[in-house]
Amino acid sequence: MMDYQKLGLKAGIEIHQQLDTAEKLFCRCPTCLRETTERTGEFYRYLRATESELGEIDRAAREEMRLVRKFCYYTYDTVCLVEHDEEPPAPMNPEALDVCLTIAKMLGMTPVEQVHTMRKLVIDGSNTSGFQRTALVALSGALPDGCRIETICLEEEAAQRVEDETFSLDRLGIPLVEITTAPCMHTPEAVQKVAEYIGMILRSTGRVKRGLGTIRQDINVSIAGGARVEIKGVQELALIAEVVRREVERQTNLLAIRDELRERGARVDHTVVDVTTLFSETKSSILKKAKAVLAVRLCGFAGLVGWEIQPGRRLGSEMSDYAKKCGVGGIFHTDELPAYGVTAEEVARLREFVGAEENDAVVIVAAGRERAGCAIEQVLIRSEMALSGVPEETRKMLEEGSTAYMRPLPGAARMYPETDVFSVTIGADRWDAIAVPELLTDRAERFVREFGLDEALARQVAFSERLPLFEKAVAAGVRPTLAARTLLATCRELARDGVAVGQVSEEELLLLLSAVEAGRAAKEAIPDLITELAQTAGAGAGTPEDRVNVAIEKMGPAVSQADVEAIIHRIVTEREAFAREKGMGALGPLMGVVMQELRGSVDGKVVSETLRRELKRLIS
Amino acid sequence: METLQTGDLVRYVNGGTALTGTYITKRDGMAVVKLENGYNIGTSPEKIELVGRAAPQPPAGAGVVVQNPDLPDLAIISTGGTIASRVDYRTGAVTSQFSASDILRAIPELGDIARYRDRQIASILSENMRPDLWQELARAIYDEIRAGVAGVIVTHGTDTMSYSAAAVRFMLKTPVPVVFVGSQRSADRPSSDNAMNALCSAAVAAGDLGEVAVVMHATTNDDRCAVHRATRVRKMHTSRRDAFQSMGMEPLGYVDYPSLSVTLSDEAVRRGAQEPELRDALEERCALLHFYPGMPPAVLDAFEGYKGLVISGTGLGHVATEWIAPLRDMIESGTTVVMTSQCLHGRVCDRVYNTGRDLLAAGVIEGEDMLPEAALVKLMWVLGNEPDPERAGLLMRTDLAGEIRRRSI
Repeated sequence: MMDYQKLGLKAGIEIHQQLDTAEKLFCRCPTCLRETTERTGEFYRYLRATESELGEIDRAAREEMRLVRKFCYYTYDTVCLVEHDEEPPAPMNPEALDVCLTIAKMLGMTPVEQVHTMRKLVIDGSNTSGFQRTALVALSGALPDGCRIETICLEEEAAQRVEDETFSLDRLGIPLVEITTAPCMHTPEAVQKVAEYIGMILRSTGRVKRGLGTIRQDINVSIAGGARVEIKGVQELALIAEVVRREVERQTNLLAIRDELRERGARVDHTVVDVTTLFSETKSSILKKAKAVLAVRLCGFAGLVGWEIQPGRRLGSEMSDYAKKCGVGGIFHTDELPAYGVTAEEVARLREFVGAEENDAVVIVAAGRERAGCAIEQVLIRSEMALSGVPEETRKMLEEGSTAYMRPLPGAARMYPETDVFSVTIGADRWDAIAVPELLTDRAERFVREFGLDEALARQVAFSERLPLFEKAVAAGVRPTLAARTLLATCRELARDGVAVGQVSEEELLLLLSAVEAGRAAKEAIPDLITELAQTAGAGAGTPEDRVNVAIEKMGPAVSQADVEAIIHRIVTEREAFAREKGMGALGPLMGVVMQELRGSVDGKVVSETLRRELKRLIS
Repeated sequence: METLQTGDLVRYVNGGTALTGTYITKRDGMAVVKLENGYNIGTSPEKIELVGRAAPQPPAGAGVVVQNPDLPDLAIISTGGTIASRVDYRTGAVTSQFSASDILRAIPELGDIARYRDRQIASILSENMRPDLWQELARAIYDEIRAGVAGVIVTHGTDTMSYSAAAVRFMLKTPVPVVFVGSQRSADRPSSDNAMNALCSAAVAAGDLGEVAVVMHATTNDDRCAVHRATRVRKMHTSRRDAFQSMGMEPLGYVDYPSLSVTLSDEAVRRGAQEPELRDALEERCALLHFYPGMPPAVLDAFEGYKGLVISGTGLGHVATEWIAPLRDMIESGTTVVMTSQCLHGRVCDRVYNTGRDLLAAGVIEGEDMLPEAALVKLMWVLGNEPDPERAGLLMRTDLAGEIRRRSI
């Protein structure tokens, strides 16, 4: 167990949440996602970094420029020239700004008097313009545990990467809030708790998108003696604590490696040796095929390149990540050889050729000459970093919570004004008019109090995407428990059984619940009715009223109380001997027989009461 | 509050938190501050206070780029259109770059095509262009050609680029390529079309062309630029990269990107086909009028004393019947009136309907398939060089610089 306080863990998070507005942030396109097969066209562009005032290209941008990359974009009939970077942006979407202000108010923040939209340089291809439009809206909020919220920004979502250099423009421009906390968390669990709390605040507005990918967390982690590392795009809340734990582990191990290297007097030999000929007859197809195989000697690194710093990750993996920026597949190092078709004899020859001593590690890169040269330089750069500890980096999350290098931390100076968008003044009137919605946690408590739902169900309803429908149903006179169970449990079970519940509109569900409440259909028939509605959904299926009525009729006509009594009387009479023998104990078995006959068209409670009366009459 | 200057370090208090930032400017009564996190915000001036004065900044982008002496010599003449710019992330200011060294630093690949000499004749938005600047531009290009450059690149704002290009085309006979280029997306952005357009224009300027052309994106892709004839090109979209289109003809050629290989059509005039010659007189008292239904003929009074008037008429080349008498008076008092069409595509024919026949009888000249803007520039040039109205009228109906097509396709 790690003592995080002793390690000096400091963590902060940035939460990115998509807003559920009618239109995008800087154009009038809808905020809907599309299937790539629905694309109406493709186009491609090159991006190039612009020179800053000191003749310097931003270091993160420069890193991306290592490869000459052509970006391809998929476009749709729900995308316009703004996303194509072929038209100046429209004014900032006031609906999105209001949602952002609502969240700011809920977090106790103070809005800036005038919001200025900036261009933030991003040249990984995810923005057609080469920058992301972003605006600082409010400052200085606080969480219940005292942790400080530094800023909330309103920005445009980036395009979704389809693969490699191909992006899909449907997502580009969807409004996004970015909430940044101070580095005020000191345990992995605290980070996860803060993320959960902010997530709850966001969902309390009822104006944010739901589902996978609509909320993303970036986590900043550092430990004493380590360095600030930003881990991008953690989508699963449950993994946050694990990601922090593994980053602390990584930094701790990198520091231990540094100490060991210093102890050994390790150094990096910058002589790049061409060892292509050594592998001309090798069984490793990668080495054999490569135009160039280049090697470097890392003096005193033996055993440390293969040191595991995180589950599944070694120092060698870090070197490999750096090398991959040059377009190579990876590296080989002597801590993991012989392997991959490379024999012990070849390793021995390699070591001898580069003059490696026992304590040295050798790293080789195989690729075209230019790429290999670039990659081996990257290995040297990362090896030098190992001598000084933990490099400041932006990293991406891998499955399970380990991380891989993405790029250096961006420099601060990579924003300049978006001159095509006018600033927006937030007057006192606008701020005062922002209503603070009820927190979902408060709402859950209220559901327990007012509706008598049990706590678990109340919380489930409050945090569910079906919350607005639930509230509508209750307002329409549907019993809260019936509404809650139908919208959560029943729908989920049906979905699990393969029923396309999503095809049934909210209006239909509402009509259905009202029909049950009015006695026009039995509670027991709900699953069958929803299934029927799901199966018959589609174009030309009729109005919601007609569809619900048709479904109810199809399930069998409503059975009158007199009919129920007659049916029960018949069934009990047919099984008189059994009933007399079992007495009231026959209630259960006979209930099944009756319900089967009625096929769920009558409320089970009514059936059971009538049956009970009938049995009593018989026995007495 | 002390007077703040751009770059001053200031303290900004908001919601009980104090932040530091850089003072940028005052706008609409608000102070604009760039916070340490890079964001600009607007605040009441009383919420900020001076912490420290701006430190002197090192001179920007110093140093001269060494050019390859074995490559052909090209002149880059700038008028205000930006093909290179630099962002000051400290203040957010974007400045245009005009020197050859600055342009080469921004687009280093240019150095593989040619050597460059720079010359700036104006620094204006292209809507502020004027005929006297067209003349100055034509003279500057002529001087560069006489000085022996292999080609000329003119950087120009896109709004009125086709007017300037056409004007130069009428004033100047050139043996070398004269290429107008600009960008539809500002040069500060990584996605700007500036670099590709500049590289394609350099490839054309160093190539086999021998006339004035506009070189801009051919499609929304970064795949190729089109080479347009100066007198037949028009900006047909407010914002798209491929806004420039050849009207009534195919482009003179294309430049593939990134290979920069240039393909010219048979129709393109080749390098060395003509001797350099400058005839830079222009009659500026000429106008272009876009007719609309119900437009009162009294607007013609505003053009009293004008030597020439181009009308962008409806359809085949019409204006309302009530315009015919005032136009006749105008022509009789010495104004040359040329009819073009607001259809932009197709040829004027005033022999089909009565109104047209009456216009011809009144002395209006059919502008064939000339673009209205090209016809205006041509009229200025023709009237500047030919005092006889009869002969001027004949010239207006004659193809002088590729502005009239013999056949409509």
